[in-house]
Amino acid sequence: MKVDLRSAEHSELAEAPERPLGGPVRARRGRVRSAAGIVVPAIIALAVFVGFWQFAATHMISRHRRFLLPTPGKVLSDGLFDSRTMHQIAASLWLTTKLSLFGLGVAIVLGIAVGILMFSFKWAERAAYPYLVALQAVPVLAIAPLMTVIFGYSFWAKSIIVIIISFFPIPTTLLLGMKSVDPGLIDLFRLSHASWWTRLRKLRLPNALPSLFAGLRISAGLSVIGAIVGELFFQQGRPGLGQRIYDYQTNMEYPQLYTAIIFSSLLGIAIFSFFGWLGNRAIRSWHESAVESN
Amino acid sequence: MAEVETSVVPPASVSGAPALAFEQVSMTFPDGTVALRDVSFSVRRGEFTSIVGPSGCGKSTLLRIASGLTEATSGRVHTDADRLGFVFQDPTLLPWRTVLGNAELLLELHGVPREERRRRAREAISAVGLDAFELFHPKRLSGGMRMRASLARWLTLDPPVFLFDEPFGALDEISREKLNEELLRLFQEKGFAAVFVTHSLFEAVYLSSRVLVMSSRPGRIVADIAVPFGYPRAQELRFDPAMSEVAGEVSAALRSVW
Repeated sequence: MKVDLRSAEHSELAEAPERPLGGPVRARRGRVRSAAGIVVPAIIALAVFVGFWQFAATHMISRHRRFLLPTPGKVLSDGLFDSRTMHQIAASLWLTTKLSLFGLGVAIVLGIAVGILMFSFKWAERAAYPYLVALQAVPVLAIAPLMTVIFGYSFWAKSIIVIIISFFPIPTTLLLGMKSVDPGLIDLFRLSHASWWTRLRKLRLPNALPSLFAGLRISAGLSVIGAIVGELFFQQGRPGLGQRIYDYQTNMEYPQLYTAIIFSSLLGIAIFSFFGWLGNRAIRSWHESAVESN
Repeated sequence: MAEVETSVVPPASVSGAPALAFEQVSMTFPDGTVALRDVSFSVRRGEFTSIVGPSGCGKSTLLRIASGLTEATSGRVHTDADRLGFVFQDPTLLPWRTVLGNAELLLELHGVPREERRRRAREAISAVGLDAFELFHPKRLSGGMRMRASLARWLTLDPPVFLFDEPFGALDEISREKLNEELLRLFQEKGFAAVFVTHSLFEAVYLSSRVLVMSSRPGRIVADIAVPFGYPRAQELRFDPAMSEVAGEVSAALRSVW
């Protein structure tokens, strides 16, 4: 039997959220406006901060201690615009980036494996969870010297610090996401006699993506902290940012020190943002939490 | 089934052996609650049976037993559990899949090759009028459209038995009426056996060839009321005094067990 459904479609469309019909124009205009709304206050805050910094460096510190707090201008001239400094920092930045990404990569692979294992076997969850929490609670600064004793001064030894510090959020957020599946969907897969592997691949893992990406973003930021801490302790081999920070401080090269700190922060922000962007891209078409237009 | 004056088309053909049969089915939960006691009934293809009863009377449990999701403590259920449509209260769509992807899911889980499952999924989507929304994710659909997508998913299996667990309960009146019409159209087209749980007496009478009334704690079937109207059913039937009369009969049966 043929029934004309066109009228039904139209009237039901009115119920649908506006976005699919509202069109890209509105979305774009909204994006421009909200971008300005985000950027302008941030720039004002930065200006206030730099202004205060300038004031503190020139008026709040006695003359013979001013070398401790260089003015923003001095940081620019001796740091950012000084070719020797920038040469050193660029080389270090590259080393630190490699270290962070390598450690993070290993943490992601291991973390996902451990998360799946914990989900699949109750005993694995019971066995692993307390140690995950312990690992998270361990002060990395305290065990870093131990790492040098065990692993020497290799790239691997530094990587282990990065892995330890960025590991925890990955299996825990993955586990949470795999567990919080709508019971109706579980029934649906049971009715079809789907295998363990099928349920994992088509139901549990995709369901865990939003939560996992929230964890990955945190881990990404932590990986840079881990890399810098590792480098501060492993004063051998080619110098990463952590080592530069130590060296500049020791030599009392404060403008250079500030520059190194700024670049460490920028690296953290960049890796954090990259994972935020990646996550948003992966789930934005379907997940409520994803930012679509602002 | 009784003849009706309002209908010129004969009722959907009721055929063959029961597609679903309950024989003295009882269900006691581990905590001792008796959910169902000695429930027996059968539904044939082309028959639309609604089940009404006070909330907590075990209607949903009954459907879960029919589908094999829950096992009865005693009694027998006869059906082809592998070819069963089960529309839940919620649309339960995979949010990361489009309408098309969701419609393909069950065939995928049954190992149907890609080409064929795409074709059958498209047919089912078309049957529920969602052609234009194939590539939409559920979050962009209205409640009514999500329910259609959920229905389309099961239609791909062309099941001889369809179980419905208050599928339109969460929808507004207008969407609900529209989906009622479409469900009836699909029912006539496919001729499946339908078991429809609802708490709306009018919906039960309007859709069904037969209404079963259940009592609560323990859930038993206390009345089996035939609805004397054929298919297709005219919209106007909703407001026909004859329909109110049958609804009144169901209501009376319900009140007697409250």
